[in-house]
Amino acid sequence: MSDSTVVQEQSIDTQDAGRSNGAMLQIRDLRVWFELRRFGFGRAGSVRAVDGVTFDLAHGEAIAIVGESGCGKSTLMKTILGLYQPTDGEVAYEGSAVGKLGSLGLKQYRSKIGYVQQDPFGALPPFMSVRAILEEPLAINNVPARERGERIEKAMVEVKLTPVEDFLGKFPHMLSGGQQQRVVIARAMILQPGLIVADEPVSMLDASVRVEILKLLRALQASHDLAVIYITHDLSTVRYFSERIFVMYAGKLVEKAPVLSLLRNPEHPYTHALLAASVDPDARNASSLREVPPGEPPSLVRPPSGCRFHPRCPHRIEGLCAEEEPPEFESRPGHQTACWLYR
Amino acid sequence: MTDRSLLRVQDLVLYFRTSAGVVQAVDKVTFGLERGEAMVILGESGCGKTSLAKAILRLLPRNVQRYDGSVFLDDMDVMRLDDDDYRRRVRWIKISMVPQAAMNSLNPVLKVGDQVAEPMITHFGVNKKDAMTQVRRMFEHVGVPLDFVKRYAFELSGGMRQRVAIAMSLVTSPDLILLDEPTSALDVLTQANIMNVLKRIKKDMDASFILITHDIATSSELADRVAVMYAGQIVEVDTAEHFFDEPLHPYSKKLMASVPRLRADQEPEFIVGQPPSLLNPPKGCRFAERCGFRFEQCSQEPPLMDVEGRQVRCWLYAEEFEKVHAREAGA
Repeated sequence: MSDSTVVQEQSIDTQDAGRSNGAMLQIRDLRVWFELRRFGFGRAGSVRAVDGVTFDLAHGEAIAIVGESGCGKSTLMKTILGLYQPTDGEVAYEGSAVGKLGSLGLKQYRSKIGYVQQDPFGALPPFMSVRAILEEPLAINNVPARERGERIEKAMVEVKLTPVEDFLGKFPHMLSGGQQQRVVIARAMILQPGLIVADEPVSMLDASVRVEILKLLRALQASHDLAVIYITHDLSTVRYFSERIFVMYAGKLVEKAPVLSLLRNPEHPYTHALLAASVDPDARNASSLREVPPGEPPSLVRPPSGCRFHPRCPHRIEGLCAEEEPPEFESRPGHQTACWLYR
Repeated sequence: MTDRSLLRVQDLVLYFRTSAGVVQAVDKVTFGLERGEAMVILGESGCGKTSLAKAILRLLPRNVQRYDGSVFLDDMDVMRLDDDDYRRRVRWIKISMVPQAAMNSLNPVLKVGDQVAEPMITHFGVNKKDAMTQVRRMFEHVGVPLDFVKRYAFELSGGMRQRVAIAMSLVTSPDLILLDEPTSALDVLTQANIMNVLKRIKKDMDASFILITHDIATSSELADRVAVMYAGQIVEVDTAEHFFDEPLHPYSKKLMASVPRLRADQEPEFIVGQPPSLLNPPKGCRFAERCGFRFEQCSQEPPLMDVEGRQVRCWLYAEEFEKVHAREAGA
């Protein structure tokens, strides 16, 4: 695996250049494969959901991972949460590998990470009141009963579920979508984590509420110096929310860059395609067709050789892109692209 | 009514009976649509936009409390037809629908080709062979490979299933197609693909669309005109050029300001508060409580006023409305 060592060297370089406080989360050449079984016992290959992902996340930094469904972004997130074991590579939190933590260590680790789910109604247990929902993480982590009330109240004020007394006794179905998502965020915040993982936190909400929730998350991030991993397929919300964007395609990060650098000077042909397909409201949109690369994302069981985007790429270089996997090239400081066009 | 006029909805009302009371989901909705035109109905969840589609296509649940008004289709008031006549003469023959989450609404045990052929066979009584020829033609239109005719829904990707659902709405060559959130569950690239398909159909087949959505940015890809719904009522009807540039109604303005932009540096804003309950909507303007321009008159219900071809339900435009009227009366 010669190309993965290239990846590793480069990210260490950027780390030295950019950050002094040391990374909170270090992900090194992470691979998460799921074995396919035939008739329950025969092997039928693997689904390579995450295939060689490397990045660092600093304390208090917000990053966005953008990609289409099936590109592996949820698997990546679940591996970071410690729900899946890496097949290869590692996820290290404050220097210790998550895969090697015992059950007690894992419990402690999880208490330091908040998780905001996509569908708030599905994420909240229907027969528990808001009070019970917010108390559970405290009870599991042995917070003394007399402290719990105060912490619940504090978390609810932070997510603006006020007046607190009005909401404590309510059940999820009695709340609007925006309020439900606030409860989910309060639950993620209640153990005072250092990192929040948010999986499409606003995709189920209406446009006007969407912005409100994103602004709330952004405010919490600033006031608590939180690191946030924001997973989405919607590029237009990213710029208001994160410092860096990672674009994921078929199990790999194909472009990593600061937000404005990526939006103004996208490099990878796939990023170009994503940007061209995302529109701002404008009556002129109706008069032209959008340019969309042909085909669909590849199977992750037998991904294409070389660059995984090459069968759909308009700028494919004959004799190179189909044969050799591109390493990451750094064309500008902090802007890395895994594409042979930038060699 | 001009020659191109296709649909005219007038004072359409749909109320539901629930254990909590009467839900006024669609309240005196009036708008018109021309042939080959695409109208977007924008609104947030719970504003009654899906109920409006169901009221037009008369796909009603059992708990209807009140359902009246008129729906003129080519000068015929389809509200006067009984259910059997409606089914025989209108549904899927003149108006078809792509339901919300259509990709998951396909029958899992039917081959997609057979399923798309079904409306042809039931409504026109054509034989299977002719129906399948028409199905193949539709698959070509929407960009589904022809050998998919023999496949089942689970063998297709989300985008392909959505195309199949669109093919099914086109197969009987209806005059009007209702699309309920056709791209909301799809990825960006697939979404762009589906919008391309709809644009092509609109051009090639001279089809009319009513597109119901909450996604303002994507809706601009197809819209000729835009209607904004709030709390069961239409608050603005406008051409796409005017609307996406500068909408009139305070709610439309706020809605446009809440769209995150990819290519502009403007910060999105959110609308404080929540839409009123449709169980007991406020007496005056339904947006008044959340409106920054509110004044005394807002405690009375504003009518839908015509201001130089743009319709808006807001007292702020009353003066302009009067002026235009006075001028017209003078001339």
